[in-house]
Amino acid sequence: MPAVQETVERVKRIDVDQYRYGFETLIESDKAPKGLSEETVKFISEKKNEPAWMLQWRLEAYRRWLTMTEPTWARVDYPKIDFQDLYYYAAPKPKKTITSLDEIDPEILKTYEKLGIPLREVAMLEGVEPKVGEEDPARRKIAVDAVFDSVSVATTFKAELKKAGVIFMPISEAIREHPELVQKYLGSVVPTSDNFYATLNSAVFSDGSFVYVPPGVRCPMELSTYFRINERNTGQFERTLIIADKGSYVSYLEGCTAPQRDENQLHAAVVELVAHDDAEIKYSTVQNWYPGNSEGKGGIYNFVTKRGDCRGNHSKISWTQVETGSAITWKYPSCILRGDNSRGEFYSIAISNGYQQVDSGTKMIHLGKNTSSRIISKGIAAGTSQNTYRGLVTAHRKATGARNFTACDSLLIGDKCGAHTVPYIEAKNSSATFEHEATTSKISEDVLFYCVQRGLSQEEAVGLVVNGFVKDVLQQLPMEFAVEAQKLISISLEGSVG
Amino acid sequence: MNVAVAKTGKGRAVSDLFTSAEGRLPGSPAVIAARREAFETYERLGLPHRRIEEWKYTDLRALVGEVLPLAAAPDAAALASAADAVKAHAVAGARKLVLVDGVFAAGLSDVKALASEVGFKTLRETLEKDAGLLKTAAVDAVISLNAAMASDGVVLSIADGAQLSAPIQIIHVATTDSASAFTRSQVAIGKGARATIIESFVAGAKAYQVNDAVIVSIGDDADVAHIRLLDDAPDAVNITSQFVTVGANTKVNFFNMTSGAAVSRLQGFIMFAGEGSELSINGVNLLQKTEHGDTTLVVDHAVPNCVSREIFRAVVDDRAHSVFQGRIIVRPDAQKTDGKMMTRALLLSDEAEADNKPELEIFADDVSCGHGATAGALDDNLLFYLKARGLPEKQAQALLIQAFVGEAIEQIADDNLREHVIGIAERWLERRS
Repeated sequence: MPAVQETVERVKRIDVDQYRYGFETLIESDKAPKGLSEETVKFISEKKNEPAWMLQWRLEAYRRWLTMTEPTWARVDYPKIDFQDLYYYAAPKPKKTITSLDEIDPEILKTYEKLGIPLREVAMLEGVEPKVGEEDPARRKIAVDAVFDSVSVATTFKAELKKAGVIFMPISEAIREHPELVQKYLGSVVPTSDNFYATLNSAVFSDGSFVYVPPGVRCPMELSTYFRINERNTGQFERTLIIADKGSYVSYLEGCTAPQRDENQLHAAVVELVAHDDAEIKYSTVQNWYPGNSEGKGGIYNFVTKRGDCRGNHSKISWTQVETGSAITWKYPSCILRGDNSRGEFYSIAISNGYQQVDSGTKMIHLGKNTSSRIISKGIAAGTSQNTYRGLVTAHRKATGARNFTACDSLLIGDKCGAHTVPYIEAKNSSATFEHEATTSKISEDVLFYCVQRGLSQEEAVGLVVNGFVKDVLQQLPMEFAVEAQKLISISLEGSVG
Repeated sequence: MNVAVAKTGKGRAVSDLFTSAEGRLPGSPAVIAARREAFETYERLGLPHRRIEEWKYTDLRALVGEVLPLAAAPDAAALASAADAVKAHAVAGARKLVLVDGVFAAGLSDVKALASEVGFKTLRETLEKDAGLLKTAAVDAVISLNAAMASDGVVLSIADGAQLSAPIQIIHVATTDSASAFTRSQVAIGKGARATIIESFVAGAKAYQVNDAVIVSIGDDADVAHIRLLDDAPDAVNITSQFVTVGANTKVNFFNMTSGAAVSRLQGFIMFAGEGSELSINGVNLLQKTEHGDTTLVVDHAVPNCVSREIFRAVVDDRAHSVFQGRIIVRPDAQKTDGKMMTRALLLSDEAEADNKPELEIFADDVSCGHGATAGALDDNLLFYLKARGLPEKQAQALLIQAFVGEAIEQIADDNLREHVIGIAERWLERRS
């Protein structure tokens, strides 16, 4: 088909130049020595001024990690990682307390500019107020907890959140300021023994976000974190913990871009969500890390453990993700539906191009009564990439009335790529009702012909169809993110769908 | 009745299984060497368990524990009791080939009638010359075990253009308790041939194990129906591996019915080797008590322009456990592939379990592939409707179950065979109520 032919040729031409976010900021950083040992763990803990219990927790995870082996079941292929050849901690050189915008490292500011974080928001870092008249009251607010190379350098909108009683801060600070909350919840969803990468993260995590929404509070704004992997050869180990107490609501956005580089970088984040009775957490991700160059060299290894625990009755956790970057993605945001009548959702767009490999999906574990879950997964494979959906839906013996609907569709662009579907559906209860459907196809020639006949170019037509294909998921994104996500989809399929 | 001397009791050397049987296994010295090699593979791997992805839901170490020793060759009494079982399960009009406890029983078979149309040998005869039949494309522990231990089987060759006047029914009868039968058969169907092959597994004993392997090659432009009926004893174990290669422009109609055995697994490896072929692969698992029924299929679209359709139904009662794993592979150049798979499980009890793993593995872009999977209970509204019209609960259920499995059974192209299979389902439902 001509459109696909054109597409294939253009995909071939895609290379690093087209990676818009490929740049590196030159700032001094404070590194732990290369390699992983108890010393490294202690170094990180000390750098963070952590209490003794936290160090103990890390060390236990580290010792556990030594006994574990890397998982190999995913459909991804990469050279063996030398865990002793990585830096496990890098922080920008500590500065005096920031009192105005001028004191923030201009290099960092430039980075944000390129990332597209509005300067006005950057200006609000650490309470630098905008001039009167510039504020647009109709515009919804976003609080940014910027994680710059492992350390949160600034948090905005702190005061307003404080008024609402919402705690939103770097997890390293939360460990010091709210030890009772952290101790209670950290590792309660993803235990330190969970899996190879989660255990590694538990031992060496550098920073991340901590959110606590008190009972009955509807978080007044969208919370957002921008991740950057900046220092060469630094593994990035983020740890995010979000707790929504009874009857509360929070929406959290996570977006990532990374500089271009040759060596593969390891990223092993852990995200834990806890929703109590009647609480709701909406977690959205736009991931656009460096996917490697046109020969498949370089790019980020993204081995992430994300899990939400619907601990209370009538609680709800919703994952939405737009995955366009990374050389390798290994990611399964999951929901444990423990509370009665709880609900889990997973909406995903996974786009792979060039030599990218994606093995992503979700797990819906039905434990409580009358729990329901919904999975909508859209995979688009182009170039020579491999795109796998891997999902588990299971109903426990006592999970009466469990309900699941799964739809995973794959679209193939070009004849060198692969799209795979590996669902596991386990019904251990007769009142469970599970429905699963999956389709794989290319874009129908009739549809393309129709569009072209009405004056669209082949590429525009493919773009239109792809947009329609992913619409179900894009609609789930918060408005602020939907625009960015759409941009990302067009950037990552640039050359393949225009 | 003599049972093989070796006791492969849990904790005892697995090698006893082979060493005690070695003297009785047919084959030239080269074949025996190939057997020993296969057994070493099995010994190294051991029985499959849940840590092995393909066996995740059928953990033979937990379900079976040990492989029973090779059954002794059937004596007169065994053949007599097998004759009764054969009579009860013979499909009208079919030409029978009977294997009793893993050994071909010429006296119970219709060799003469068959010989006019089909080339026939036993595995025993074939292995005197050649170890080729012990090798297969896919290998796992139970397949290696079968290669090491296969005592007999039928080797059929259907000539190019042959139009068989009657179906061929291969009947496996087990008459010895606490023993295993290992069989391996080959069916080679020539170009443009038309044939119906039926395989039946029937019980003449209570607790035994069957490990069967079937190698089927189908030539171009052929039209083949292959029906497998498993009706083993409630305490039996049946593990069957099928290897099927399909030529170009060929039509194949597969069906499997499982309505017995404590533990059963049918693993099929089906490959398209020629373009323009159409496969219809269907099956029904009827499971009750603590039965465990597993259907695992790998359909490999290695060439372009082929169609595969799979429809599977499982009815799971009491504490039974149904497993369906279906994988459709579309190789890089297999453009214009059309593969669809639908699997549904009906759970009749709160303790029943149904696990589905329908996989798509696609490396070509101009394809249309899909799968669907559902699990659930009988629809309360439908039940109510029937009960409101005076049907007792069990009868209303039976009617709905019949309709549920009917969607798969009606895919059987041959009218007589379809009726035969419907009869099996009806009897199962009667037994249930």
